Amino acid sequence: MSSEDKFDAIIVGAGPAGSACAYTLAKAGRNVLVIERGDTPGCKNVTGGRLYTYALEMLDEDLYEEAALERRVTHEQIMMLSGERAITIDFHQPGFNPEAKPPMSFTVLRAVFDEWLAAKAEEKGAIVACGIKVDQLIEQEGKIVGAIAGEDEMYADIVIAADGVNSFMAQQAGLIRDIPAKTVGVGVKEVIELPEKTIEERFNLQAGEGAARMLLGCTEGIHGGGFLYTNQQSISLGCVFTPEEAAQHKKSVHEIFQDIKMHPAIAPLIAGGETIEYSAHLVSEAGYRGIHKKLYREGFLMIGDAAGFVINTGYSIRGIDLAIVSGIAAARAVITAGDNVAAAGSYYMQELNHLKLMPTMKAADGYFEILETPWIYDKVPNLANDVFNSLFKVSGEVPQSMKNTVMGAMKANGLSLWQLIQLGIKGVKSL
Amino acid sequence: MSIERLSAVELLSKNKFNVDEEEAHIVIDKTICAQCSEKPCLYVCPAVLYKLNKNGEMSFDYAGCLECGTCRVMCKDKGIVKWIYPRGTFGVIYRQG
Repeated sequence: MSSEDKFDAIIVGAGPAGSACAYTLAKAGRNVLVIERGDTPGCKNVTGGRLYTYALEMLDEDLYEEAALERRVTHEQIMMLSGERAITIDFHQPGFNPEAKPPMSFTVLRAVFDEWLAAKAEEKGAIVACGIKVDQLIEQEGKIVGAIAGEDEMYADIVIAADGVNSFMAQQAGLIRDIPAKTVGVGVKEVIELPEKTIEERFNLQAGEGAARMLLGCTEGIHGGGFLYTNQQSISLGCVFTPEEAAQHKKSVHEIFQDIKMHPAIAPLIAGGETIEYSAHLVSEAGYRGIHKKLYREGFLMIGDAAGFVINTGYSIRGIDLAIVSGIAAARAVITAGDNVAAAGSYYMQELNHLKLMPTMKAADGYFEILETPWIYDKVPNLANDVFNSLFKVSGEVPQSMKNTVMGAMKANGLSLWQLIQLGIKGVKSL
Repeated sequence: MSIERLSAVELLSKNKFNVDEEEAHIVIDKTICAQCSEKPCLYVCPAVLYKLNKNGEMSFDYAGCLECGTCRVMCKDKGIVKWIYPRGTFGVIYRQG
């Protein structure tokens, strides 16, 4: 390949991180090649999920208006399951969907969204080459200078790894080792088709409004939880588990997920629907601690899931927005560095701070320890349901005092007041 | 179309795949798997593609792979001797995601 074919940047992966990066670079007149192994952008990608719009706004004002999005989330819900029982908290905030401003978040499906975003990057002038898998990085004199796909060698000033959680690029660049099982969750999801009206009736939604629901207490005590997002004409129902604990539990993640689906409080929400897809994906679970130690070397940057940018607070999960922001950060770093490619890495770290990505990840670090508390996945939802059970039970007998009810339920679940106080202190301290 | 429990096979039949008949992207060494006492892959593969056959030997079919990477992360004794993504255009094709 001759030197005229050299790109300013090669981006591996046309997910939100890669496309946001390509969009920003191409908009600034840079010569960008995005290489995507899937037939179309997004066809290898999975989300819960939802997208927070601030990130799209950062990419370009009002871009969200034409984006391939599902429903604007105005119902934030938490569900605690225990046996057949369930407590559902529904926080309805129409203010999350303000007039004349972008709604705060939308539910989203990745096959459509990623394809749309990659097309936007193409409109700006980026080349998106699909159906090509990068096999190897090209290294010369200690620098990454290009990528090899099959017989083709492609060169660039910088290679940007946007190839997701199993980043083979970052591994080849020597920046990450094998992924420790403790740091990831395995997510599985069914997309269940239902008529628009049915979804709106079941979730008490106005047209175009959506619900995002986290499920706790549905994982048989395994570190993890479920999720449910209402799309335009489907429901995304899934769950995420720590695979190590699932293996120790000796029950297939598929089986546990089917149990959740058939739970008496879940099944009616999807009744009459038809499953149109079953997907699975790994997700980084370690938050700030899961960010890889070094996100660059000369001629090479890592963005999105490849870098470890995911926040799980237990009641909300963020990844796509962080991917987009990191893509923008990388693009700005490359633009600032100009001919001084060696400086791009440190500029990237500056941009990640400047765009508040790193501080945001750091601020959410405390959730990690709370989510490490093993009994929050079974005993706490049981306790909550036991207390509600006592509150609402009328049998003609003299009811127990509230204090005795709660203390009794705690004892029955093997929890002490001290444990709960400690969790509360941990919570207050870290959040 | 009422909601029911679906087997992994039934779930996978909902998906679109372009199976690479020429090249397996995941290869296991059954003799290594035979030494592995935990066999986490039996439980953590969302597509339930790792199974023990009648002789208690590990069997694996890459055709329904969802490319999540969980088995790669969990394989303790490294019976998975090869794990790469399928060649370009091959493998699962999510239409929802």
